[in-house]
Amino acid sequence: MAHSAINVFFAGNNFSRILQGLWTSVWIAGASLIIGLILGTLLGILRTLPNKIIRFILRLYLEFFRIVPTIVLLFLFYYILPRTFHINWPASWMAVLAFSLWVAAEFGDIVRGALESVPLVQKESGLALGLSRVQLLRYVLLPQAVQLELPATINLATRVIKTTSLLMMISIMDVVAIGQQIIEANNQKYPTAVFWIYGLIFFLYFIIDYPLSKWSKQLAAKQNR
Amino acid sequence: MQKNKNRNIIITALIVLIIAVAAFFGIKSTNNNSSNNANENSVSAIKKRGTLRVAVFGDLPPYGWVDDHGNRVGYDVHLARQMAKDMGVKVKFTQVNANNRVDTLNSNKADIVLANFTETPERKQVVDFAKPYMKVSVGVISPKSAPITSAQQLKGKNLIVNKGTTAENYFTKKGGVDLLKFDSKTQQFNAFKNKRAAALADDNSYLYAWVKKNPNYTVGIKNIGPNQFIAPAVKQGNKSLLNWTNKEITRLANRKFFTDDYNKELKPYFGKEVRPSDIVLN
Repeated sequence: MAHSAINVFFAGNNFSRILQGLWTSVWIAGASLIIGLILGTLLGILRTLPNKIIRFILRLYLEFFRIVPTIVLLFLFYYILPRTFHINWPASWMAVLAFSLWVAAEFGDIVRGALESVPLVQKESGLALGLSRVQLLRYVLLPQAVQLELPATINLATRVIKTTSLLMMISIMDVVAIGQQIIEANNQKYPTAVFWIYGLIFFLYFIIDYPLSKWSKQLAAKQNR
Repeated sequence: MQKNKNRNIIITALIVLIIAVAAFFGIKSTNNNSSNNANENSVSAIKKRGTLRVAVFGDLPPYGWVDDHGNRVGYDVHLARQMAKDMGVKVKFTQVNANNRVDTLNSNKADIVLANFTETPERKQVVDFAKPYMKVSVGVISPKSAPITSAQQLKGKNLIVNKGTTAENYFTKKGGVDLLKFDSKTQQFNAFKNKRAAALADDNSYLYAWVKKNPNYTVGIKNIGPNQFIAPAVKQGNKSLLNWTNKEITRLANRKFFTDDYNKELKPYFGKEVRPSDIVLN
C-alpha cells in the first residue's frame, strides 16, 4: 500500500501538472530577479551619493521591504492595491511587482556595500586619470563591485526561489498549490501520497537551488584566494 | 550614540509612514465601497465581459477539487458551471482557501464565491449571501467501544475540533468540554485515532464519509446545535448579481438540479447513510 502511492505521479497528467506549477514558480522568480537586479543596481548607486535626503528615502525603502514579511507584501499588492487604486492586474504580475521591489531593496543594499568596499585608491586613481563620475562607475567601480556582490546575489536568488512557495496564498497555481490539489484529490485512495508529493517538490526545489548555492560557494572561495 | 539617534529617526518616520498609508487606504476604501465598484461585477458587466469569475476551493473533495487530469470538479464547481451556462457566459475559476474568500470578493478578484461558504452573522457584515443551496450541522463521532450519544456524556471530556469550523464555534460558546483544536482535517483525524480525546466534532457530512472508511467508529451524535446554511456570496452591495443568483438558485432547485448534483458529486463520498435531503435544499 505504501509503495503504490507513487502511482499518484503517473495517474492522469499529475506529473506534467507539477512541472507546469514549477514553471510558474521559476518564471515569476526569474522575472522578479531580472527586474529587481536592474532596479537594485540603480538604487545601490544612488545610495552611495552624498545627498542625505536621497539616502534617507532609500534607507526607508530598504527597511520597509526588509522588515515587512513577504507574505504581507503579497497580500498588500494582491488585495489592497486593487481595492484602492483599481489596479486589477493578474495575480502573477502582482507577484512579480511585489517580488521585484523586494529584490531591488535587498540588492540595492548589496550593491551599495560592494561599491563602498572597492578600495579607495581605485576611485582616486580613476579620478586622477580624468574620468568623469559616470565613466568612473562604468569602468572602475561597477566591474569590481560585481565580483564582490556575486555570492550575496546568488544567495538572494535562492531565497527568492524558495519564497515563491508563498504564491499559493494569493491564488497563484505554483508547484506547492498543485501538489496540495493532487494530495487532496488522492487522499482517499492513497493516504501516503502526501510524502511522495512533498518529497518530489522538495527534490525539485533542491535541484534548482543547489547548483546556485554551490556556485556561490565556489565564487566565495575564489575571492578568498 | 549617533547611530542610535539615526535609528530612532528612521523608526519614527516608518511609523508615521505606515499610519499615513493606513489612513489613506482606510479613507479610500470607504469611498469606493459606496460608489462605482459594484457595477464592475453586475450581471450586465459580466455578460459584456463574457466570463463569470468564480472563487472555488481546489483542495476540498467532494465540494471543490482538481482531478488527476487537472479538471476542476466537485459539488460547488458543478453548480458554478451550471450558473455560467444559464447566464450564457464562460466560467473562470480562481482558487481560494478558507481564509481569503472574503478578500477575494472585496478586491474584485472574483464575482461570486462558491466555496462551501457557511452563512454566519460575522460574514454577513462583510459580504452578501444569496439563497442557500446546502445545509450542514455539527455531528460527533466516537469509538464504537465507548460511544458517546448525547451532549451530557461529553462533560469534562476532551473533544477534538478543527479551527475555524462551525463545530469549534458551537462548542466554544457552549462550554463544559475541553477542546483540542487542530489546523487541518488530516491532523484532527490522526489525533483522534491516537486516542487523544473521547470524541471529535465536525460537519456531520464529513463524519459520515469518514466512518464509512473507519468502521471502528460511529457517528454517535448526528445533529447538535442549529442547522447552518451554505450559500453563494457576492460582494456587498452587488444587488444585480445577488438578485440574479437568488432567482437562479430557485430555478435550479425547482428542477431538482441539486439532487442530481448530490448524486453525481457527493454520494460516492458519503455513502448510503446520508440521504440527499440531509444535505441539499430543494
